[in-house]
Amino acid sequence: MSDSKMMPLWEVFIRPRNGLNHKHVGSLHAADGELALQAARDVYTRREEGNSIWVVRAEDILASDPDKSAENFDPAADKIYRHPSFYDIPDEVGHM
Amino acid sequence: MAESQQHLQAAVLQIADDHLILGHRLSEWCGHAPMLEEDLSMPNMALDLIGQARHLYAYAAVLEGKGRSEDDLAYLRTDREYTNCLMVERGNTDFAHTMLKQLYFAAFMKPFWSFVENSSDSTLSSIAGKAVKEISYHIRHCGEWVIRLGDGTDESAQRMQQAVDALHPYTEELFWCDDHRQACIDDGVLPAEHVVRPQWQTTINAVFDQARLSTPEVTFPLLGGREGKHTEEFGFLLAELQYMQRAYPGAQW
Amino acid sequence: MYSQGLLGANTETEETPEFLAAFQARIDREEKIEPNDPMPAAYRKTLIRMISQHAHSEIVGMLPEGNWITRAPTLRRKVALLAKVQDEGGHGLYLYSAAETLGVSREQLTEELLSGKAKYSSIFNYPTPTWADIGAIGWLVDGAAIMNQVPLCRCSYGPYARAMIRVCKEESFHQRQGYELISSLAEGTEEQKAMAQDALNRWWWPSLMMFGPSDTDSQHSDQSMAWKIKRFTNDELRQKFVDATVPQAELIGLTMPDENLRWNETKNNGQGGYDFGEIDWDEFWQVVKGHGMMNKDRINARRKAWDDGAWVREAALAHAEKQSNAKTAAKTAA
Repeated sequence: MSDSKMMPLWEVFIRPRNGLNHKHVGSLHAADGELALQAARDVYTRREEGNSIWVVRAEDILASDPDKSAENFDPAADKIYRHPSFYDIPDEVGHM
Repeated sequence: MAESQQHLQAAVLQIADDHLILGHRLSEWCGHAPMLEEDLSMPNMALDLIGQARHLYAYAAVLEGKGRSEDDLAYLRTDREYTNCLMVERGNTDFAHTMLKQLYFAAFMKPFWSFVENSSDSTLSSIAGKAVKEISYHIRHCGEWVIRLGDGTDESAQRMQQAVDALHPYTEELFWCDDHRQACIDDGVLPAEHVVRPQWQTTINAVFDQARLSTPEVTFPLLGGREGKHTEEFGFLLAELQYMQRAYPGAQW
Repeated sequence: MYSQGLLGANTETEETPEFLAAFQARIDREEKIEPNDPMPAAYRKTLIRMISQHAHSEIVGMLPEGNWITRAPTLRRKVALLAKVQDEGGHGLYLYSAAETLGVSREQLTEELLSGKAKYSSIFNYPTPTWADIGAIGWLVDGAAIMNQVPLCRCSYGPYARAMIRVCKEESFHQRQGYELISSLAEGTEEQKAMAQDALNRWWWPSLMMFGPSDTDSQHSDQSMAWKIKRFTNDELRQKFVDATVPQAELIGLTMPDENLRWNETKNNGQGGYDFGEIDWDEFWQVVKGHGMMNKDRINARRKAWDDGAWVREAALAHAEKQSNAKTAAKTAA
């Protein structure tokens, strides 16, 4: 019963409307890009969820290693000088 | 009812029957598709078709002026009163037959609706505006499948060609023109054959080229549906479709 | 398999007491667990079991209702039912996607379903002989499913929770569709009313069984609660369902097939709730074990669809390979 080859997995990204980013919504299986796009349209936009679709082969996505999330992301935590509230200016200046 | 209105009613009913019966056949796939993704795609197309059928029946009922509803027209006629073309009632057979049947029909309806969108009948033109978008997607989806099956494996190529050989003789009926349709063509409401056939042919040729399919020579087109002369399997389709309405006459659902 | 870049890597975890405690602490802080995060093997296994059973239920669940698509009595009912059954397919798909983030493939899961190894909700092994069954399924079966599913939107595993949010949003029309359908039968002719009552009689008890064995007999409950995969016990959810559904039946003049059903003011910490009769657990286990009326038909139908579709899937893959070879050849030539 098992197919000799597996149907590739695609990750699907939908843009709800212009002005917003494409957002990951899930995945599906399709033999090629065109079929993946059509399947994404039929599966993930049945209720007007979007006006643009991206599909990407799941195997082409590289993800950061969660074991390295401390070294990747914690160092940004104490760089408070990157935020406007780090700097004192006279109240009279108003919004800057 | 004025004569022109009578013609329009009959012509609208033909298209309504086409849409209902084709949508009904396609809905038989729901839950049984070759892959899960297709279990969503086929109902989408079936919903488009049945949705269009509802608008068309509602309009036909208004034109008729006898107080019948869309459901009266859809469910409560005898087989000789349905005037869909024969192709749409043919059984699903396999995925190749199904995709091809949809493609043949969609390739016809696209130029048909494009014309109607700009026609003088405002009800039909508003139905057409929505339908033309839906049917364009059907061409794409079914066309891409026909290409993949035609140019896939040996088995799929063979099945696809068998589907062409089986269904091509039914395509002529899409262009069938009786007095009703001719009257609508003369009134500028529906398109003449020379408007739709070249575009239909172009669509089919483009897909068949990529799918490596050949068109059989048709010496004897299969016709009859427009005159209510149907295939044997149509009776069973109606038996299923009408079961509830026939078993419980007059009940509301 | 969100990121095969990582999932190709070893996902085994060394389950020291420290690791397990740290994991539990994350759960207790209501942190979501995401696909590539380290997780205990048993957590992964429990989720795969739960999500895939849930996915299989949606897929098999297309069949009893799909049975009536071609016989729906009006065009309005026909499109609603078709859209609903299509949704079930979509829900199965979202859930398979979620399960795949845990390192199993759709093919594996499908194989487990078709071989009869995997379980799915027993309710779908009951037949749908009449149109009223479509109403009963929407009202009771989807109602029970929603009771189960709403808490799963807060499940600790991110992809499952996100899939459930999508499912619940879509599911809300299903129950209304069913209740509206059965209400119109209940308000109809004597024949229609009898059809509605008969459907309720047949679906009520199996719906109560949908929540699973009683808490005292459920083998998976405790750990799943601690891991916040489940948020309520089977019996809690069953009680909520009974309390919500009994008034809905009364409203449309239908009678629950349970002579022991009565209001008990002391239930639910004094808020009141319904006492109800004993569930026939022997029937439940018989159906779970494959002896229900439709078990074999359901699996056979799924297997037939899969086998009949094999040549289509093979063709699509073969075509894709030809196209990519042609592209490579063109590149090499250039």
